[in-house]
Amino acid sequence: MKIFWDDAFRVCSIALLLVLAIPAFASKDLYPFSTPDQQNRFYTLTSELRCLVCQNENLAESNAALANDLREQIHTQILNGKTDNEIIHYLVSRYGHFILYRPPLDASTIGLWAGPFLILLIGIFYLVKRAQK
Amino acid sequence: MSIRAFLYSLPLIISMAIFILLWRGLNLHPNEIASPLINQPAPFFQLPDLYRRKEIVNNRNLLGHVSLLNVWSTACSACMEEHDFLLMLSKQQSIVFIGLDYKDDTHAAKLFLKEHGNPYQNIAVDESGQTAINWGVYGTPETFIVDKRGFIRYKQIGAITPEIWEKTLKPIVQVLADEKI
Repeated sequence: MKIFWDDAFRVCSIALLLVLAIPAFASKDLYPFSTPDQQNRFYTLTSELRCLVCQNENLAESNAALANDLREQIHTQILNGKTDNEIIHYLVSRYGHFILYRPPLDASTIGLWAGPFLILLIGIFYLVKRAQK
Repeated sequence: MSIRAFLYSLPLIISMAIFILLWRGLNLHPNEIASPLINQPAPFFQLPDLYRRKEIVNNRNLLGHVSLLNVWSTACSACMEEHDFLLMLSKQQSIVFIGLDYKDDTHAAKLFLKEHGNPYQNIAVDESGQTAINWGVYGTPETFIVDKRGFIRYKQIGAITPEIWEKTLKPIVQVLADEKI
């Protein structure tokens, strides 16, 4: 009886290991890179870029067909030695700033960046005035 | 007194401003992302023709006339809906229709065109979808109006309906048709 349970345990643990190994293999095969640095850049880039179809998902997480193609594009560009800036510049030149989750500081977004600080300053000014009274 | 009156009405003014802002937000279309390629030269492309696989369709097919580059696929129902109207438009001589068959089953595409008619002068086959990415396409159908010099001048996102054509696209095409190269 002891032997049966040992075998059963062994079979189960091997099966479990195999099941756990599948996603690891899958993700490795999908976007192979030659260095871990490239791999990291790929994950950082795809998590900072928006999936344009689903809009509230980033490229790393989205299952949309376009997100898949864009990941492919980024993968190829990284392998071709393009820098992060070059890749982002390329995608922005095609899809606009909307593809970035972090909007850049320019004339159209100045209110977005400065607005909260402006409101904070007004609040502080108001408080100081009140305290003086 | 006037400062006091102003201070008292401040909450009303602020809430009105927020109200107007949010009201405006209701009429925005976040699904329509403005293309940064407007007034830029059309991105490079070079793809096989759907019918003549050894021939290539490229940027030269866009030169010398106003073109409508229509990104479509038989997998896209809105494309199927606009098809009849595109066919009708293609019979007006001043516009050249170029199709970009996006990640499609080319057999199904040929079958569909045989059955419903072909509005396109050339159809480029984008099997991988990478050319569409290079054009900033994020869905089908999308239609680019390209001028005689090969510059993108407008991008229509979604199907072309007779209303959209009359109101928006036709005037643009007419202006571009009168431009000298």
